[in-house]
Amino acid sequence: MTSPQIEIQLIAIVVAVACAIPGVFLVLRKMALISDAISHSILPGIVIGFFITQDLNSPLLILLAAITGVITVILVEAIQKTGLVKEDTAIGLVFPALFSIGVILIAKNANDVHLDVDAVLLGELAFAPFDRLLWSGIDLGPKSLWIMGSILVITLMLLFLFFKELKVSTFDVGLSSALGISPIVMHYGLMSVSSVTVVGAFDAVGAILVVALMIAPAAIAYLLTSDLRKMMLISVGFGVLSAIVGYWLAHFLDASISGSITTVLGVLFLLVYLFAPRKGLLSVLYRQRQQRTEVSLITFLLHLTNHSEESERHINHLNEHINWQKVRSKTVLDLAEKNNMISITNDVVSLTDKGKEFTDLALEYIMTNKDEKIEHMKDDFFLFRG
Amino acid sequence: MNIYEYFELLFTDYTLRTITLGTAVLGAICGMLGSFAVLRKQSLLGDAISHAALPGIALAFLITGAKDSNILLIGALVSGLIGTFWIRGIITKTHLKTDTALGLILSLFFGFGMLLLTFIQKQPNANQAGLDKYLFGQAATLLEKDVFLMMIVTGICLFILLLFWKEFKILLFDADYTKTLGFNTRFIDILITFFIVLAIVLGLQTVGVVLMSAMLLAPAAAARQWTNRLSTMIVLAAIFGAFSGVFGTAISASQNNLSTGPVIVLVAAVFVLFSFIFSPGRGLLFREIRFRKNRRDLELQKTLQFMYGIAQTHENISHPHAIKILNNFQGFTRKTLQKLEEKNWITLSGQQWAMTAVGYKKAKNLYNQQEQDD
Repeated sequence: MTSPQIEIQLIAIVVAVACAIPGVFLVLRKMALISDAISHSILPGIVIGFFITQDLNSPLLILLAAITGVITVILVEAIQKTGLVKEDTAIGLVFPALFSIGVILIAKNANDVHLDVDAVLLGELAFAPFDRLLWSGIDLGPKSLWIMGSILVITLMLLFLFFKELKVSTFDVGLSSALGISPIVMHYGLMSVSSVTVVGAFDAVGAILVVALMIAPAAIAYLLTSDLRKMMLISVGFGVLSAIVGYWLAHFLDASISGSITTVLGVLFLLVYLFAPRKGLLSVLYRQRQQRTEVSLITFLLHLTNHSEESERHINHLNEHINWQKVRSKTVLDLAEKNNMISITNDVVSLTDKGKEFTDLALEYIMTNKDEKIEHMKDDFFLFRG
Repeated sequence: MNIYEYFELLFTDYTLRTITLGTAVLGAICGMLGSFAVLRKQSLLGDAISHAALPGIALAFLITGAKDSNILLIGALVSGLIGTFWIRGIITKTHLKTDTALGLILSLFFGFGMLLLTFIQKQPNANQAGLDKYLFGQAATLLEKDVFLMMIVTGICLFILLLFWKEFKILLFDADYTKTLGFNTRFIDILITFFIVLAIVLGLQTVGVVLMSAMLLAPAAAARQWTNRLSTMIVLAAIFGAFSGVFGTAISASQNNLSTGPVIVLVAAVFVLFSFIFSPGRGLLFREIRFRKNRRDLELQKTLQFMYGIAQTHENISHPHAIKILNNFQGFTRKTLQKLEEKNWITLSGQQWAMTAVGYKKAKNLYNQQEQDD
């Protein structure tokens, strides 16, 4: 690996970690789309900042653009507060308008601005190592590494200082106000950090990758765990993994690095979405099928308790009476028999003692219908699940 | 060229006519279908779909090698639909919320599209230039056949809309009830979503991936402020959309270096802002006026009530009292007293006021309504 290659990967990793941390909270607070809105609406801030500073990496520009990001959030909330439109419509109205202003500003001053809308949206990580930070003649490394590094350090510091405040205000707004932690301060603090991160990262990786790096690792982690600390670690891990794999994919295909990092994130998300242990698609579908069979089983047992006459309990009768397809009735019958809840003699089904006990409890559950008692009951009675 | 020249040229110049017609039709269809998106609280779905369409365009080009806009649009349509149904899958099958699902699909598909676009650019194929017009849109590249396609789609869309009008309407406002009535909600739902995706895909060439969501939302959000009727809203949204298209094209054509997409979006944003402030029923301005009027009325009534309390203690209700004794009560000014006199509730003479019979009766029945409620 050559030195620019290492530097590019290092920048990608730092950006990934810096994005993953606010991303987790955005996803948990159901504000993931705010990051998308901010990433677009900072454009006028960047353009105006660029007119003033003439340097894309100047801290003043980052500050100006970040303020635009916070203004976006305030605007969205102001529109929402009027009650004229819903929150998502408010977001959808504000950021295209601001983005359009940015595009027009660039277009009108195209001759004196070396700034390109494509560059802002897409970024080019491959060029990042060429813009170096020189301090009294000594080469200190790529500028964007320093910028993102300082943003990461500040984010980490804020995270460690305010972890419990963030946690409580994310999960229980009422409790956090009662404890004297202002949810509004936390909200705007998080918004400011996200805004600064987006602005710092747009130059290196582009606005869209910032959104992907904020939302995707957090969403992946959320599918894998329900513990905030673990979720943060997992999302940072996935961010870093996608940064490295994405870089080499881009190297191999000779294509955009930010695009390929996003693609890797997409593949990772698809895998987790399908195969996550308890919350993945396959496991959810399996569980739904299981529960459907078990509900049918309970219905079937109730039917048996209600009817003592043999004609109602004949196996062939079930198909027409409860209107089940053949396969389903067979599955249900097998399950009931495996669990020793019924016995079948001469094609006539009758409840065993255990089956009676279970049915009575299930009936009681259905009448009172409190909490998730039925799951414990299933654990107690079932030898085999549906 | 200034705006007047633009409107003169509109009827003679082929390119200008095509572009204007294209943006107007696009604005109309987006406004129409956007109304559904806004009312179904799926405003940002448009944003996600338009981004999700990008890899479809790139893949269609990679597979066919042709730059025919119809083939690219089919690619965009397919990938937009995949994105939409994946979003739905994420929301219904996992515990991730709508916003996360939208943001995920939006950024992941767009990133994949960018990967493909940069990959295509490196291919030894002279034909690939111009694919990036789908990013920000170029109304100038609209051809007559593109506009023709838009009109056909708009026609079909209108036909379906009229055909399934009552189904769409009932699904919009009460999905559960629709189901109990035995309608196939899934089918209606997919039909609406399909047309929204179609409208977005049609607009990509003109306003681009990034700004497409505003085309969908802004006219509908503006129209919503003027009416509470679905049919009126859809017609209004279509009109707003068409006008944003025409004005946007006019402004961008009359200036140098102004791309059409952003200008159309800004014009639509002005429509929204105007509607937010000036719509009679919901607008901020009239709401503030109503609010102030209510507050004034309340204060007037409070003063009257206080006076009633004093007048009650006297046998003759029109017995004059000094204005001074009202001083303990903060709610009155010289002006409110005059207002009360205008309404013929009290009479003023010098430093004294006296209640009239009308005022006494009014004050007595002031809270009657509430007493009846109890």
